[in-house]
Amino acid sequence: MVDMAELSAMHGSQASAQRMKKRRSAELRLQIYGILAITLAGAALVALLWSVVFKAAGALTETYVTLPVTLSAQELDPDGTGDPAVIGRADYGGFVKDLLKETFPSVTDRKARREMYDVVSAGAGFELRSKLQDDPSLIGEQIDYPFLASDVTDLYLKGSFGRLLPQPHSGNLSVIPSEDGKTAQILTSSNDFAAALSKVKLELIDQARGLRRQAAMQDAGVREFERRAANATSDEVRTENANQAISRATERDRLIALAEELEGRAASAGGTEQLTRTAPTVLVRVDQGWVKLTEINATGGVGRVVLPIEQTDALPADDWKMYLTDLPENARKISDNQIVLIEDLMARGAVETVFNTRFFSAGDSREPELAGLWGAIVGSFWTMLVTFLLAFPIGVGAAIYLEEFAPKNKLTDFIEVNINNLAAVPSIVFGLLGLAVFLGFFGVPRSSPLAGGIVLALMTLPTIIIASRAAIRAVPPSIRDAALGIGASRLQTSFHHVLPLAMPGILTGTIIGMAQALGETAPLIMIGMVAFIVDIPTGVTDSATVLPVQVFRWSDFPERAFEARTAAAICVLLVFLVIMNALAVFLRKRFERRW
Amino acid sequence: MLGIATLLILGIAMAFLVLSRNRAVALAGGQLSALHSRPSYHGLYSFLWASLVGVGVLLVLSLAGGYFMQATLMAQIAGLMPDAPQIERELVLSDAAALSSGGIPSRVDEVREAVAARFGTLEAVRLWGSALLAIAAALGTGYYTYLQVSTTWRARNRSERIVRLILLVAAVIAVLTTLGIVLSLIFETLNFFNNIGWRIDKFLFGTRWSPLSGVHSGEMDPDKVGAIPLFVGTFLITLIAMLVAVPIGLFAAIYLADFASPRVRAWAKPMLEILAGVPTVVYGFFAAITVAPFIRGTGESLGLSVASESALAAGVVMGIMIIPFISSLSDDVINAVPQSLRDGSYGLGATKAETIRQVVLPAALPGIVSAVLLGISRAVGETMIVVMAAGQGANLTVNPLEAVTTVTVQIVMLITGDTEAAVAAGPAFTLGFTLFCVTLALNVVALRIVRKYRELYD
Repeated sequence: MVDMAELSAMHGSQASAQRMKKRRSAELRLQIYGILAITLAGAALVALLWSVVFKAAGALTETYVTLPVTLSAQELDPDGTGDPAVIGRADYGGFVKDLLKETFPSVTDRKARREMYDVVSAGAGFELRSKLQDDPSLIGEQIDYPFLASDVTDLYLKGSFGRLLPQPHSGNLSVIPSEDGKTAQILTSSNDFAAALSKVKLELIDQARGLRRQAAMQDAGVREFERRAANATSDEVRTENANQAISRATERDRLIALAEELEGRAASAGGTEQLTRTAPTVLVRVDQGWVKLTEINATGGVGRVVLPIEQTDALPADDWKMYLTDLPENARKISDNQIVLIEDLMARGAVETVFNTRFFSAGDSREPELAGLWGAIVGSFWTMLVTFLLAFPIGVGAAIYLEEFAPKNKLTDFIEVNINNLAAVPSIVFGLLGLAVFLGFFGVPRSSPLAGGIVLALMTLPTIIIASRAAIRAVPPSIRDAALGIGASRLQTSFHHVLPLAMPGILTGTIIGMAQALGETAPLIMIGMVAFIVDIPTGVTDSATVLPVQVFRWSDFPERAFEARTAAAICVLLVFLVIMNALAVFLRKRFERRW
Repeated sequence: MLGIATLLILGIAMAFLVLSRNRAVALAGGQLSALHSRPSYHGLYSFLWASLVGVGVLLVLSLAGGYFMQATLMAQIAGLMPDAPQIERELVLSDAAALSSGGIPSRVDEVREAVAARFGTLEAVRLWGSALLAIAAALGTGYYTYLQVSTTWRARNRSERIVRLILLVAAVIAVLTTLGIVLSLIFETLNFFNNIGWRIDKFLFGTRWSPLSGVHSGEMDPDKVGAIPLFVGTFLITLIAMLVAVPIGLFAAIYLADFASPRVRAWAKPMLEILAGVPTVVYGFFAAITVAPFIRGTGESLGLSVASESALAAGVVMGIMIIPFISSLSDDVINAVPQSLRDGSYGLGATKAETIRQVVLPAALPGIVSAVLLGISRAVGETMIVVMAAGQGANLTVNPLEAVTTVTVQIVMLITGDTEAAVAAGPAFTLGFTLFCVTLALNVVALRIVRKYRELYD
């Protein structure tokens, strides 16, 4: 007999309610862990896609600088032959540089000139050449030609190097250029530069903080050497350590004095500050003229003339402008001179940003602004073609044999185990196989889509075989029995009845395998598809690269503009993968039959 | 040339397909039942023989011709420049090939031009000879099978036997691939061990890895081929990856299998599948551009010094890559636990969480363990993430904030580096062989565990 009173006490008591609460909260905890896990996975996916798509936006547009250009026959085609070969021999790089020199005659300094040349892409001259080779009649004419801007210009316009911030001002401006016109004195009637000055002073405080940190390190050194000196066993060591401590202490005191001086300067109102490369740049603009300040006080300062400026007296506030950069010059890839030139070109209406068709039509290049993805897309196409032509028939054939014909024996078992293990072999090992066997032994051309296709075919083979076998096994035996019953041979049964019914499943598996192969990188690196290839491949034996390898290559380059292009290449790759997977899902939904 | 020849051979085979079929129809004289096999099988028989023999002859002759050519030309070069080392002779040969095919050689001189001229003639003989012979062979076989067509000719049985043989060959290719992998890896591995004087212990237990420094005329220093730093690096990154992937993947699988509403499943499962479909190079980019700077920045704000290519960044991203792998495999095994077990547990008054912990997970454990093992095998063999986000220098440490290198990174660096292929191949293939053995062992163990401990409920 169960004692009912005891039982009800067990279920209704305080203790049991607590037990129940604990059990329920354990249940809740498990659910929360589950939700947390899924949320984390989702967050990772979103972060991944977001970081790629966000970065890719920068590669969607490219910039052109349109300049009027006189295509002098004397320079480009002295004999007036009109022969493309002769036209092609002219020095177009020099031609573009001369054009820039004419556009900005005031830029004479060597370094400034080199910076000026970098505003336009190194490939701009080649483009002009091919345009003239196509149409020699242009020679001798004056045209407006759009020169491709360099990656630095492009990134500046996209805001990657900070922006020019217009500063409010109210006073009248006076500019007094020096005699040689290289520097100029700036003066305003009100304290228009006070805000900029205080920003520069913030910079001083930052520097002072850095100095104090160094001083603290020196101080730690002092104490350490003092301790060593105190513990030293011989006089020699003691003096050496004591000397070290003394030299550190002097250094510490020097740094602290410097820091104090900077802080004093920062704290005092007014005064004059030098503008170095670590301080934000202050620019003053009057019409076409630009001055970069090198010394600043509350009412003006002294500056270097970047583009010639005229002497003015009491220019009203509306007629001049003052800018501050949000990054100091040493924190960006673009110099102040280049910013001024680009801003000047923009004011002339010469700068134009258009959709980047080049990215989808050009081959690879070492210059980011010239680099395109088309070579990799075509390479991927050829590689996938080879992969499909090999992997599909072999995979389906193997699946048919194993499902429909194979006798149950050791060999068949061995083949099955083999296929399963092959599916788990790291992809890089397939690359080594390709390197040793197909490149080394069979002499397949290195870097070619043929070699890549063979390796990827072997790699996707297990996927295709396993999927095809599942699809064939799903066809009910009654179909086979019916076909055999009316006198079909086993081969006829397989090819005429089983295979058509299994085809949707086989194709789905094949597409998924091909999608894997399309995203595979490591084995292709092993067989040399990572080489720098400019030409678009025209066949399976040409040197080529593929989309994921292109992503890998570009991600390795130091130029910042390649980052956006890498992300854009990833987006293109992902679009192809999404299309393939959508096709697989569609096939499965539309044609798959449940028996 | 060879491509055109292949197409021609296929065309010839097609022609014989039509010819033989028509001949069979003609022989039947309007009454097809007089034939043993239907006309299309006579055609198929001719097609199979003509194309197989043609393509086979083409392949064998062009390959054998290639070897013969290489051997003669190398002999010629050896005669012309007896003092030059092997590598320079090979360079001469590739320059000669470039010269004769209109490419850009590295240098032009008399020897190269002489070899190039010989190369041109031999290459022409090889291509034309193999193409013509193959086409002749296809024509001959096709004609022979054409003549064999008769009312009693058992064309169907014969062509079916050929097709079955082709199918068998297709199935055997998987085995040949494994064989190719093992042989090519073992060959170079033995070469490498021979090179370091059979000090295999130095390779397995040495702690200094810089195999290409101080290589004298191909001889490697056994003290510099210690792979322990690589093994430790691989182990460290794999460990981090599994610490990320196993809890997330497992909890996600449990939640999806036993708690989630159909609506949550409907978007959570495709989400995990998308995560599984992202190419590894994209994960590598994510690790190098987004995660590594983030970890570095976070570490610095906490006052830790973090390497820009820290093991943590590569490991975490690799873990994210393996989440869907673990979750889908575990989801399968958890779903395979029969509902009756759960019902029994509920009937005894257990909550869902208790059922999962005490009934479902123990029943699914072998499957989950094998999923984790397969996940480890993937992490060990993963290449792109570590190539892009992990370090390159062999650094023996277990600090996840420092840069470590892995086996796969070293393989890629050795193969794509500037060193002579013959020298770099040794250590690279040996590492590849190690990798192959480890992943194979993991897979075999995973399958064993499932086979041995699987509970059969039906």
